[in-house]
Amino acid sequence: MSNFFFIGLPYASIVIMLIGTIYRYRSTEFEYSSLSSQFLESKTLYKGVRPFHWGIIFLFFAHLIGFLFPRTVLAWNGDVLRLLIIEIGAFGFGLLTLWGLIILIIRRLRSRRTQIVTSKMDVVVYIILLVEVVTGLLSAYLYRWGSSWFASAMTPYLKSLFLFSPDTAALQAMPLLVQIHVVSAFSMFALIPFTRFVHFLVYPIWYFFRGYQRVVWNWDRNQIRNSDKMNFGKPPENN
Amino acid sequence: MVFHLDKCIGCHTCSIACKNIWTDRKGAEYMWWNNVETKPGTGYPTKWEDQDIYKGGWEKKGKSVDLIGAGKLKGISRIFHNPNLPVMDNYYEPWTYKYSYLFDAPEGDDQPVARTISLVTGEPIDVKAGPNWDDDLSGSIDYARQDKNMETLTEAEKQTMFQLERMVMFYLPRICNHCLNPACVASCPSGAIYKRGEDGIVLINQERCRAWRMCVTACPYKKSYYNWNTGKSEKCILCFPRVETGQAPACMHTCVGRIRYLGVMLYDADRIEEVASCDTSDLVERQMGIYLDPFDPAVIAAAKKNGIADSTIESAQASPVYKFVKNWGIALPLHPEFRTIPNLFYVPPLLPTMASASGDVYDSTTDSLWGKAEDTRLPLKYLASLFTAGDTEKIKEVLRKLQAVRLHRRDVTVGDLDKKEAEEAMKSSNIDGETADAIFRLTSLVKFEERFVIPAAHREEAIEMIENTGDVKGDTGFGFLNEPKRGL
Repeated sequence: MSNFFFIGLPYASIVIMLIGTIYRYRSTEFEYSSLSSQFLESKTLYKGVRPFHWGIIFLFFAHLIGFLFPRTVLAWNGDVLRLLIIEIGAFGFGLLTLWGLIILIIRRLRSRRTQIVTSKMDVVVYIILLVEVVTGLLSAYLYRWGSSWFASAMTPYLKSLFLFSPDTAALQAMPLLVQIHVVSAFSMFALIPFTRFVHFLVYPIWYFFRGYQRVVWNWDRNQIRNSDKMNFGKPPENN
Repeated sequence: MVFHLDKCIGCHTCSIACKNIWTDRKGAEYMWWNNVETKPGTGYPTKWEDQDIYKGGWEKKGKSVDLIGAGKLKGISRIFHNPNLPVMDNYYEPWTYKYSYLFDAPEGDDQPVARTISLVTGEPIDVKAGPNWDDDLSGSIDYARQDKNMETLTEAEKQTMFQLERMVMFYLPRICNHCLNPACVASCPSGAIYKRGEDGIVLINQERCRAWRMCVTACPYKKSYYNWNTGKSEKCILCFPRVETGQAPACMHTCVGRIRYLGVMLYDADRIEEVASCDTSDLVERQMGIYLDPFDPAVIAAAKKNGIADSTIESAQASPVYKFVKNWGIALPLHPEFRTIPNLFYVPPLLPTMASASGDVYDSTTDSLWGKAEDTRLPLKYLASLFTAGDTEKIKEVLRKLQAVRLHRRDVTVGDLDKKEAEEAMKSSNIDGETADAIFRLTSLVKFEERFVIPAAHREEAIEMIENTGDVKGDTGFGFLNEPKRGL
């Protein structure tokens, strides 16, 4: 059983995510959208969406740093004050995320207009996010100094997955809450191609590197009749 | 594009033509790519001209310009929640009627009525606003008096505008301006919006739009609309499938008053930034300077070098727009101070004083046929706020020309005027009889093919650059392979 959840599921999720997102981007790019509902309801959204996004972005990068630089994190945590800063800070951002998420869920339920644009997969998104954030917060609260044990116990597990020699011993010894947290996190990866999660994959990072104006010439009129330069099979740029 | 406001009768035929072709769909019901507003009024969406609310357009920043409410840092930092995004209530909640109730209603004392049903939620709603809710309400407190362009007027001037005898209004049809310095293009984080090089039409790539909603804020004319159903922004496409084949866009083709003109304008793209960032008082003048003379041999040679087709150059030479804007100088851009360099020009309405009221006496006899052009019933300041970024001299100049044309034609056709009066008017507005006749002809007697001089896009040739037509014979089609389905 633990092999399924801690080895099979992670690998399956990553494969589904990769194949699913690429396939869907190529076949139905139209459906890649953040599907904003701000147009229908803006005031409550403001209260929920900003705390949620800033919170979850911080938490994502905090987990990433714990995974990539475990020794640095452990060294940082050697000092009690620094440990407290990182723990309280991360917990704060966790609470921020939860607060935002709850407001967003209430908003979805309360406004008739937003109910109309809520799909079944949106419900799945809200549930799994809620499970993820709540189990994360509870384990941080109940099992102290998560930043340290994440770096010393969870990072080796994740690393072993990446090196294709999975070692689940550390995870099996973890409390159930932490195990749920891990399993739902991997499930989330699998859900990416089938939910509005896709929007963070198309985060407009290129916007910073382009000029403001964008002109597209569908064809170069000087070359239309130039058979030397005919480029068979080149798709048009604009659609 | 030129819209001749003196000829607009406010019939909304253009809006309906556009709606029936492009926006009669779920999520697009509230969009009016073409709409007609009554001025003075608040317009659609409500108070769209007030950039203190919507933060659209560009502002001068040093030697260049920057977006007011969007852009790289501002836009991306507001990507989760965009505080300046107009919401559905700034437009209206689209509705239909529950007609079946007329037949299904149980027997009662009253005649059953078809209730209004929201097209968003499907539930009964009380309709509070519509796209042209301020139609003809020129003196109203809710609409006319809330007009942003009134702000420049003194209290006394405002009051005179609303006196019953003086009450005045005109119609302002609006579509996307297909600007030279489009704020929507610049604001789009995902790069979905682009200006087509061939004809300058600004389009949104529906595949690439990710619903970051910045274009809706950035467009100061509020002509980019968010489709709440598909999660994509949409805007006027200037009926490009029609334009490509040399036909007029639907709104222009159907125009009952024949107020609309469409033609090619050649311009110098390298000067766009410098024009967009000049002083406010120079904006109109500098914009006019960017359009090039299509008869100038140097311009023709440069255009040919850039691969512009001969048919396009010929169209530019016959362009009615070039005549109104450059030759005669009687068409002005709407709100040039937004600094997007809009490509839609308006001939301002001539509303001369024909009578005066003193006390209870309403006197419709005047010494001359009309009062002075500058004694227009619409305060010059009001028109200047709309068309010249506050420059009343420029407006006066245009109105004088328009009036000179009328006096000249009156002199020619009726001949009851003091000859001197017409000549004086022509002289002071710097036009000769020939020009006045030409303006009159293009305004009043113009034929369809003179109003719309549109070169076909030669896509039949263009396709050969993209693919070998022999290979794909029989499998080209029109439209999406996938239906525009909302994402998961």
